[in-house]
Amino acid sequence: MPETDMLLMTLVIFLPSVFALGLLLFPKGTEEWMRWFALLGSAATLVVSLFMLVDYYNLLNSDTSNPARISMHGDQATLDYRVAEAGKRDGQMTPPVFQDYVSRKPWIEKFNIEYFLGLDGISLPLIVLTTALSFLAIIASWRIERYTKGYLMLFLLLETGMVGTFLALDFFLFYIFWEVMLLPMYFLIGVWGGPRREYAAIKFFLYTLLGSVFILIALLGFYFTDIQDFVDHSVYRKQVEAAMDPRTATPEAAEGKVTVHTFDMIALKKVGAAAFRKLSGRVDDVEVNVPIWKNNQVTGGQTMKVKDLPPAKKKQVLDRLEQSFFKEPFQLTMFLLLFIGFAIKVPLFPFHTWLPDAHVEAPTPISMILAGVLLKMGGYGIIRIAYPICPWAAQYLAWWLALFGIINIVYGAFAAMAQTDFKRLVAYSSISHMGYVILGLAAWKVVDGNTVGSQYWGWGVNGAMFQMIAHGISSAGMFFLVGVIYDRAHHRNLDNFRGLMEPMPFYGGVSAIIFFAALGLPGLCGFVGEFMVVLATWNFDKTFAILAALTVVITAAYILWTLQRVYFGTNPAYKDYQDMTVREILCIAPLVVLAIALGVFPKYLLMSWMEPSVTGLVDSLASLAGKG
Amino acid sequence: MFSQQAIDKLETSLIADLMAFSPELLVCTGIVVMLLLRLLPRLRLHMCGISLFFSGSALLLTAIHFWDVKIPLGGSSVALDFLGIVNPKDPPFSGLLVVDHFTGYLRIVLLGFAVLITWLSMLTGIPDEEDSADFYTLLLGGTLGMMLMASANHLLMVFIAVEMASLPSYALAGFMKGRRQSSEASLKYVVYGGGASGVMLYGISLLAGRFGTGYLPDVATGIHAECLKGGPGIAGIGGMDAVVLLGIVFILVGLAFKLSAVPFHFWCPDVFEGAAAEVGAFLSVASKAAAMALTARLLLVLAGTADLGEASFLMTTKIKPEELTELMQKAIGPVVAFFAAITATFGNLAAYPQTNLKRLLAYSTIAHAGYMLMGLAVMNADGAKAVLFYLFAYIFMNLGAFAVVAFLRNKTGSEDLKDFRGLVYRSPLLVVLLGVFLLSLLGLPPLVGFAAKFQVFSVLFDAGQHHAHAGNSTLSYVYYGLLIIGGINTVISTVYYLKVLKVMVLERPLEELEGRPAVPLRLSIGAVIFSLLLGLSIFVGGILWNPIAEASDRGAQDFRRAAKSSLPTQPPVGMGAGGGGGARPGGPPPGGPRPGGGPPFRAAPSEARP
Repeated sequence: MPETDMLLMTLVIFLPSVFALGLLLFPKGTEEWMRWFALLGSAATLVVSLFMLVDYYNLLNSDTSNPARISMHGDQATLDYRVAEAGKRDGQMTPPVFQDYVSRKPWIEKFNIEYFLGLDGISLPLIVLTTALSFLAIIASWRIERYTKGYLMLFLLLETGMVGTFLALDFFLFYIFWEVMLLPMYFLIGVWGGPRREYAAIKFFLYTLLGSVFILIALLGFYFTDIQDFVDHSVYRKQVEAAMDPRTATPEAAEGKVTVHTFDMIALKKVGAAAFRKLSGRVDDVEVNVPIWKNNQVTGGQTMKVKDLPPAKKKQVLDRLEQSFFKEPFQLTMFLLLFIGFAIKVPLFPFHTWLPDAHVEAPTPISMILAGVLLKMGGYGIIRIAYPICPWAAQYLAWWLALFGIINIVYGAFAAMAQTDFKRLVAYSSISHMGYVILGLAAWKVVDGNTVGSQYWGWGVNGAMFQMIAHGISSAGMFFLVGVIYDRAHHRNLDNFRGLMEPMPFYGGVSAIIFFAALGLPGLCGFVGEFMVVLATWNFDKTFAILAALTVVITAAYILWTLQRVYFGTNPAYKDYQDMTVREILCIAPLVVLAIALGVFPKYLLMSWMEPSVTGLVDSLASLAGKG
Repeated sequence: MFSQQAIDKLETSLIADLMAFSPELLVCTGIVVMLLLRLLPRLRLHMCGISLFFSGSALLLTAIHFWDVKIPLGGSSVALDFLGIVNPKDPPFSGLLVVDHFTGYLRIVLLGFAVLITWLSMLTGIPDEEDSADFYTLLLGGTLGMMLMASANHLLMVFIAVEMASLPSYALAGFMKGRRQSSEASLKYVVYGGGASGVMLYGISLLAGRFGTGYLPDVATGIHAECLKGGPGIAGIGGMDAVVLLGIVFILVGLAFKLSAVPFHFWCPDVFEGAAAEVGAFLSVASKAAAMALTARLLLVLAGTADLGEASFLMTTKIKPEELTELMQKAIGPVVAFFAAITATFGNLAAYPQTNLKRLLAYSTIAHAGYMLMGLAVMNADGAKAVLFYLFAYIFMNLGAFAVVAFLRNKTGSEDLKDFRGLVYRSPLLVVLLGVFLLSLLGLPPLVGFAAKFQVFSVLFDAGQHHAHAGNSTLSYVYYGLLIIGGINTVISTVYYLKVLKVMVLERPLEELEGRPAVPLRLSIGAVIFSLLLGLSIFVGGILWNPIAEASDRGAQDFRRAAKSSLPTQPPVGMGAGGGGGARPGGPPPGGPRPGGGPPFRAAPSEARP
């Protein structure tokens, strides 16, 4: 039986690249065919991702009687569980299951780097969002006339980077995909952008590269920790076989000779949990994997708490727990490095200045991708890497993170209000909305070493995830709508528009829906996430909750004011504007439908398959501190 | 009595020594053949084939040697060990040279580069038929010197090798005889180079005089003794007397010149600008690789990480090898780190305003010397391993960048950035490939330059963590600081690498602004294949770099003490402790008789061969 999950995940990552290479074969003058071909490529990718979605959804609900499938209810929906199961099967030499959507192949053995892919309810919505927005953005790119081939190739390469980032479970692999996105974006802004495109492109590049360097340093920091106590015995056995002569291998001899270093995010999460326990003074509760030796071979392993270990082993383990990874400065430094690296992408307040420039100068489809997907990378990185690997620092700094989230929300909203450029306004509204993501994540309240109200924090993280998806839909829609009017009026000055509703009633109606979705009107997608985040924040810090809720008024103010300035009234200059074309309607319609549908059926459409994984992650982190 | 023994040994081991030297001998043969062919007046032959043949076959031989390739012959496999077993404990030519895995790796790098650069020169036609003998003789001669630099194990050999590598380089820099700039570059190079070698020779004479030997492990042993007297850390330097200190500093100055490390880099941009791009590539890759190798060997021998041939010093004192290494790291590591940091930072900052492509690449070369020095600053086998990987990556990316510059020069007659505005619309392939080379130099994944930089950075982090654990907080701050400087440098370097791409891709071509259609550049098919091959290697090397990492690990394994099971208590016959210097921590009287039964054939040749 083929490894269907590996195949599908690899396909969804590299299909766009294959189509990008295929574009090379088109001769000059066949631009129309190139567009169709690229559209086909992104459509195929979308179909594969939807297939994965259906398959994953079935996994969640399947009964356990089918041996090829595993049930994924509750805790089992987390990646930790599936990876541990896969590891067990590997250790017992039982055949692997090819439909559990975690899959690994050795890649660079010298550094123990793996081609390790996996998806869960956290990454899958973002993958589908990416493939869907890419498809729509290619439709929106039909008007790109200059150097079409280069544009489409870069776009498809960008898609590979984006999807790969969401699927990678090996930190090194993640980093590579993360960096792969950088260059296509630089050129897409720099060649096809507006008048100040060169400035915007290099600014984007430098900011993001600086963030990447931070992430790289954290990556090295994790790698150089010996984590042999936290890996599955099968991994440990491989290291023993590599480092020692099988005849002389004994537990005593292996001690000090065998070390395990990894980029595996799932394994690192366990190490992060151990660091949390140790730093909160409960080193006895740290769970370690103890290999079982038989006839000079590692034959199995068992999970034990440190306090239950035999004295000799306990001493060794405690020695290893003295590595710098398990110390406060390291955890704080690494968390901050990761957080800043990801926050630049989000973008968070002091690091946000690249975003308005990049958005304003980028061509419409690229703005859609930037706002719809690239900003989510930051949030995803924080959920997937920064929080699980450095949970202690995350809760230690929770108040500060929440503060920066609030600053983002308030600052973005006020800044948006001050803008006269339509695109800049949307860009600042993005900053404001992404603040909710940070706020929701940060709402981990720990008092006296106990998590207070872990279910509220669960709402916060779920809300943050929902907000990312909702914002992906609404902001992409807003940028597209700005693009539609820019194509006709060739300016974006808010003060010079008026009365667009009259010649373009359909456009006006669609705009109203999308803008209200961004505003957070109940019944539309923007409401759900913000509501959950504010609820979670109430538990965390009431002042923050009130501030976040009050900002909705400012958001409403600038959005309504914008609608008023652009659509209402009459303006003879724009009388003969054509309403949206079929292509434009095709592009915006799915976004409108999703914006409404996610607002009306948040549970059926998204929460039901996203929530188990998110809650599983939250529970595993919150339980570290002990539930209060 | 023992001199008779030594002479016997010399005689019996001559064949084995020559076998170990066979790649160099092949290159020598190539040079001689070319020079002889040149004498035939009627024969008008482009010599590139000969250069290619000899460097290629030497490369093949070295590769077989390095990987212990076994050839299947009629059912049984035959090991090609006629080249001599790689054994650093029994160095050929009485210890003047050492042929270990490190040497092997460097030989592969240098010969591989010689093959590639010969191929490139065929494509660009830089030596015409008439000059080809000169050009390739110089090229192979330089390569030969560099191979010796990689295997030198004696201060005398160090000097000879450096000179052998330098003299052909001076001539190559001035090879384009018609151009004023070229001659100027050559002259500048000679003057600077001459000064640097003079200083280096002085340093060598000081050290050799002080310790009565030029054999590197013995010299290192002597220095260790001095360092121990001074006390721990930087204070160890205070323990050395002025002669030793000056000797070390002067030798390092000579090497810094070859490395174009700040503050001895002034020649580099001028020479690169004046010389042909092909020569620039040769100087920036091969010459850099050899100098880096020599520096690595000196530093590692000094750090005592290499097995010093049962150096008597370790036998007679209580100090453990690990402690000794740490001591030397404390004393010398920060100094190397400092120069690595300023070299990288200066190179990157100075590259920013450049508009001439070759000049820009020259500063980029300086910056990369800085990155590689960072790997050496940790002074252990892991650092050497990272640098070996870096050198491999560096061949492809830097040669690629220079090759594109050479192709562009041939097509447009210009090397100035402003003439390449909007080049992507005239020659998309060339610009995409140049992009790959430059971005690999920048260190963007998934290109091989990233893998290289990643390893250097990881070595720095590892060293920082290791020393923090061992309680050497100063040293750990040094390495962490170096890591941060490296990271910042990567960001700085983005600006100028991207500037090139910005001009070529983002700006409109001049013709378009003037309303004419852009004239496409047509490359020869050979040039397309050559640059595509390099570009592909960079991709493949960046994605599947495990084999290269294995090879570089193998290359550095002889510097890894832990790999040896234990130090043999009894030195093998004929191999006894060579070091007179370390046995008596006070240091031996210069030139005095050598007590202690060390066979003299490992001492200074003047002693061994009266």
